[in-house]
Amino acid sequence: MGNVTLTHITKRFADGTEAISDLSLNIEDGELLVLLGPSGCGKSTLLRMVAGLESPTGGEIRIDDTVVNGLSPQQRNIAMVFQNYALYPHMSVARNLAFPLKMQRLPRREIERRVHAVAQRLSLAGLLDKQPKALSGGQRQRVAMGRALVREPKVFLMDEPLSNLDAELRLQIRQDIARLQRDTGITTLYVTHDQVEAMTLGQRIVVLKQGGVQQLGTAHELYARPANTFVAGFIGSPGMNIFTAAVQHGEQGYALLIAGRPLSLQGSCYGDESLSSFAGKALQVGVRPEALRLIASGESGVHVIPATLSAVERLGHEVIVHFPAINRVAGAEVEHSARLAYQDGLQIGDEVTLGLSVGDLYLFDMDGKAIARVG
Amino acid sequence: MNRNRVWTIANYVLLSVAALLFIAPVLFMVAGSFKPEARVLSDMDSWRALLPGGAGLQNYRDVFARIPFGRYLWNSALINGLIVGLGLFVNALAGYALARLQWRGRDVMLAVVLALLIIPFEAIAVPLFYQLSALGWRNDYAVQVFPFVANPLAIYLFYSFFLGLPRELEEAARVDGAGILRTFFVIVIPNAKPVFATVAIVSFLLYWGMYLWPLLMTVDDAVRPLPLAIATFYTLPPVQWGDILAFGVMMVLPVLVIFIAFQPWFVRGVTTTGLKG
Repeated sequence: MGNVTLTHITKRFADGTEAISDLSLNIEDGELLVLLGPSGCGKSTLLRMVAGLESPTGGEIRIDDTVVNGLSPQQRNIAMVFQNYALYPHMSVARNLAFPLKMQRLPRREIERRVHAVAQRLSLAGLLDKQPKALSGGQRQRVAMGRALVREPKVFLMDEPLSNLDAELRLQIRQDIARLQRDTGITTLYVTHDQVEAMTLGQRIVVLKQGGVQQLGTAHELYARPANTFVAGFIGSPGMNIFTAAVQHGEQGYALLIAGRPLSLQGSCYGDESLSSFAGKALQVGVRPEALRLIASGESGVHVIPATLSAVERLGHEVIVHFPAINRVAGAEVEHSARLAYQDGLQIGDEVTLGLSVGDLYLFDMDGKAIARVG
Repeated sequence: MNRNRVWTIANYVLLSVAALLFIAPVLFMVAGSFKPEARVLSDMDSWRALLPGGAGLQNYRDVFARIPFGRYLWNSALINGLIVGLGLFVNALAGYALARLQWRGRDVMLAVVLALLIIPFEAIAVPLFYQLSALGWRNDYAVQVFPFVANPLAIYLFYSFFLGLPRELEEAARVDGAGILRTFFVIVIPNAKPVFATVAIVSFLLYWGMYLWPLLMTVDDAVRPLPLAIATFYTLPPVQWGDILAFGVMMVLPVLVIFIAFQPWFVRGVTTTGLKG
């Protein structure tokens, strides 16, 4: 068992900044839940409150049926993996792994048995006598995982455990963590700012911004049904392009007026009832970079966006182009992007025409909140 | 290339002269301690002052004959050992409490500790004398030890070192189940050897030559330290310079041994305790 429930959690620091405001969340037993957000969004603070390293200003933290607010970290039966691993530099790998068990005053036999079992599981058996400074980054990371695993905790807390590793190792250890979590079934709360990490690891993902939950869902839900423009822009690589547009009602139903050009919303995912309240008003339109495609001028039946390329990134199998556009909400010129099938010819400064299908549009109100979709 | 060599040589010459200036008094002391009394004085105005010879160990034997040197050495060692040993314990804990624990009044306390750094001991010696005399604390080891155990400089050195330790180590220990004290003893101290060596050496040097306080507080040779003993050589005629120099050598030797033993730690400590310059 390891069910974590956060109810109305608030954290205000001494200087008055509010890191977490009125956040409620339930992490199911055995689930791997990822806290995702940009730096400063409060994700690490939230994790540290569950660990007992910080105490919330308000609200209640439960692990299973116990309110743990007043309990010290060691009484909570949790284990934590830190960003810098936090291995004890003066202890060998074996002593690092044994430390949490010694603190529990387990018999020596039992400690040895568990240390060896964990070492076996994480391929650390040959490293037990080494000091942390003699290990590579990946090995240190595995020792840190082992030290968390060895005490068989109810809840695993991981604070950006992959951020100090190079890209290749990160991929490998990401898979190791996913497998380990699946095998042990230990409830895990995982903090990261990397959406790829979040989407590949998390059974569910919580997107945080300025101490509040923006959206909670599976990777696919966040991608396909972003709750607001923040999630839409944060998930996806590059994030969703956001335009501003006016809504018109004409003979053919509702249409958008983007940069003076009409686009009928017939065939979109939005029905008349959700659009009616926006007639004559402005809203925000989102389109994923991968929904845009390069079209020959004069092609009909699609909406087109003229674009002057400001950057061209060739990735081998595809090419990402960037082009500036005015965003009225931001009040400034913002960079938009499109992911296109690979082609050689594109250069910075080229004027191209991008096409999109009305079914790929996302609509948000001017506050950024998603408008209800039909399909 | 050539200019570089000239520059290097000039540097070495300059450094050698500077080194000689610092070493010369020590050499003079060592050389003089092996000379008969007359030559100590007659060699003074020439380079021969730095050459030993003539008296063998006679001056050293004289020192032992005139005073119970071993007793004084034991007193000094005991007093300093206690000051340093207890001081490491108390000041490290104080520095840790200031650096890491959250408590009401911590910032005020830190300011007080920093302010105490600039008050010289001589300024409080007399009031302290009256205070402890009123308590009946005189003429023993304790009165020479306890006023010096807590030391603002040592607290400050520990404080700044602990601030620089990665906090995650201590947090990991807390999550692993260690309380504050155990975290301190099992995780923090083993990673703070340089600052312990630095504080040990600095306070040993500071108190090994302490003169004023034992002079005020003790009357009995049985509890008096070395600096008071060497003083008697100046005041009791005849003044024997050879004996004084031999005494000086024997008094400096323990300091030198300790310094050399801890030197690798000490140098690293100075660069890591935030005292870089």
